[in-house]
Amino acid sequence: MKYARIILANLGRKKVRTILTVGSFFVAFFLFGVLATLNFTFGMGTEVASAERLAVINKVSLIQPLPEAYKDQIAALPGVTLVTHANWFGGVYQDPKNFIAQFAVEPESWHAMYKEFKVPPEQWKAFLEDRQGAVVGAATAKRFGWKLGDRVPITGTIFPGRWEFNIRAIYTGTRPSDDETQFWFQYKGLDERRQYGKGTIGWYVVRVSDPDKAVDVVKAIDDRFANSSYETRTFTESAFAANFAKQMGNIKFLLILIGSVVFATLLLVTGSTMAIAVRERTAELGILKAIGYSDRSVLALVVAESLIYAVVGGGLGLLAAKIITLGGDPTGFLGIVYFPKESMAWGIVLLLTVGVVAAAVPAWGAMRLRVVDALRRV
Amino acid sequence: MVRVDGHSATGGLIRARNLDKTYRRGGEEIHVLQGLNLDVDRGEFVAFMGPSGSGKTTLLNLLGGLDVPSSGSITVDGDELTKMSRNRLTDWRARHVGFVFQMYNLIPVLTAFRNVELPLLLTKLSRTDRRKHVDTALSIVGLADRAQHRPRQLSGGQEQRVAIARAIVADPTFLLCDEPTGDLDRAAADEILNLLTRLCREHGKTILMVTHDPRAAERADVVLHLDKGVLREAAAAEAAR
Repeated sequence: MKYARIILANLGRKKVRTILTVGSFFVAFFLFGVLATLNFTFGMGTEVASAERLAVINKVSLIQPLPEAYKDQIAALPGVTLVTHANWFGGVYQDPKNFIAQFAVEPESWHAMYKEFKVPPEQWKAFLEDRQGAVVGAATAKRFGWKLGDRVPITGTIFPGRWEFNIRAIYTGTRPSDDETQFWFQYKGLDERRQYGKGTIGWYVVRVSDPDKAVDVVKAIDDRFANSSYETRTFTESAFAANFAKQMGNIKFLLILIGSVVFATLLLVTGSTMAIAVRERTAELGILKAIGYSDRSVLALVVAESLIYAVVGGGLGLLAAKIITLGGDPTGFLGIVYFPKESMAWGIVLLLTVGVVAAAVPAWGAMRLRVVDALRRV
Repeated sequence: MVRVDGHSATGGLIRARNLDKTYRRGGEEIHVLQGLNLDVDRGEFVAFMGPSGSGKTTLLNLLGGLDVPSSGSITVDGDELTKMSRNRLTDWRARHVGFVFQMYNLIPVLTAFRNVELPLLLTKLSRTDRRKHVDTALSIVGLADRAQHRPRQLSGGQEQRVAIARAIVADPTFLLCDEPTGDLDRAAADEILNLLTRLCREHGKTILMVTHDPRAAERADVVLHLDKGVLREAAAAEAAR
């Protein structure tokens, strides 16, 4: 703390340079926060996936159906404790940009499968009693201003026509990362009305009794339906979610690429700033050494200066990203917008690393500086 | 008593023996100091004169532990500098040497108070004690009322007085002054010389000063001439001419 005044005074020496450098850290770490949020959003299925759950899809592709009749056969396999299924509905509410993930589900088994989603019992009862009933996530209800009892028209794209649903329940997640944007309605309602594909479902979700034996169950399911008209492909839930996300391209790779370029640039900018700052102050560093400041003290002064740029600018950037994501999804189609604590922690580690690495070369030079050489530059 | 013949029997404050300093510049060896001997007692005010390039600043750097000799030994108050590591030498400088430079070399972004405080930050003194020491040092140099001024708000003479306050604030064993009046007008130079003389006479400080200015050298107890790396007393130097 004794040296804080020297460090702060040095930061105030070139105010514009300090502001620009802190600004660079702010922008870079704000971007880091946004990219980390997007990364989480696109990979959220893998983040929240349960080790106990498997997904079973048609071996050809996810968009090919499976017979509803498979349910009992899967449930009869050893190691399986629960089976449910869902269909992707793909409808539009008012405008195509109002994307919502809508699933036609088998209510009881779906509810039993996803215990992380909480629905008030009386609302759930109302949903079960209404074939046109729907359950929506709290985020979606908030987004469209839906309340219990509202009648919501959805225009079918896969299943054409105008579909109307009554909002009977609103669910919430039990973890910050749980998706509160989904829209569920009863599979029976879909199956009764649709013109084609009756008796088929999109995918099964299977709960296994022992996650350590999930591989055996995966094999048993796929073997059971091998050489049938509807062969299956079974994944762990996290692999299923990862495959689902891959349909949108290799988002993670893109995010890492963008982030790497930004941080490489930040490192060069800050490194160059510190190099200039040290070169301008060579004589002063020489004086400090002459009056007894050790090589390590001088190194610490330079590194501390760089760290302050990083901590103030980067810290504010991360904070700004956190504040923005607290407000939910600004685009309306991303679903969960959440800046995870783990990413925040990585951000802090990263900003400290950039702060130290950027100062490394100039600080080393300052440390090795000979007093007599420095004083000649006065 | 100051001697340059290497025969002092008394244990003086500073004792240099057979000092050589050689630089290599572009394949050529330059002998800056050659077999130099020096003994300085505590409380002496010694001036070093000589033409540019004669090795005055090099000698000061060696005596202040800023540089190491090519051969020979330097002992200050019983500590042999030439056997110290770089880190130990740094610690030693902090405790024993006060430096005053021609260009003052204050940190421009710090106030006079903070500049003077710099050497004390290396000590275990409390904040209150540091403040007392700095106030005392600034009072001695007559700048107590300029404590919160930054260097650019001070005249050259005042800046040099702040530099002297910084040099004495940790109560070093001796002061090394490299052309302390070289950048000042006559009146300001006289103020600085009065101050240095007072520090020597009233506070018992040992002062070694490099100067080109004969009027500055007159203030010293002893004037030594350095020429081509060899040190002579003034009378001997005169005779040699």
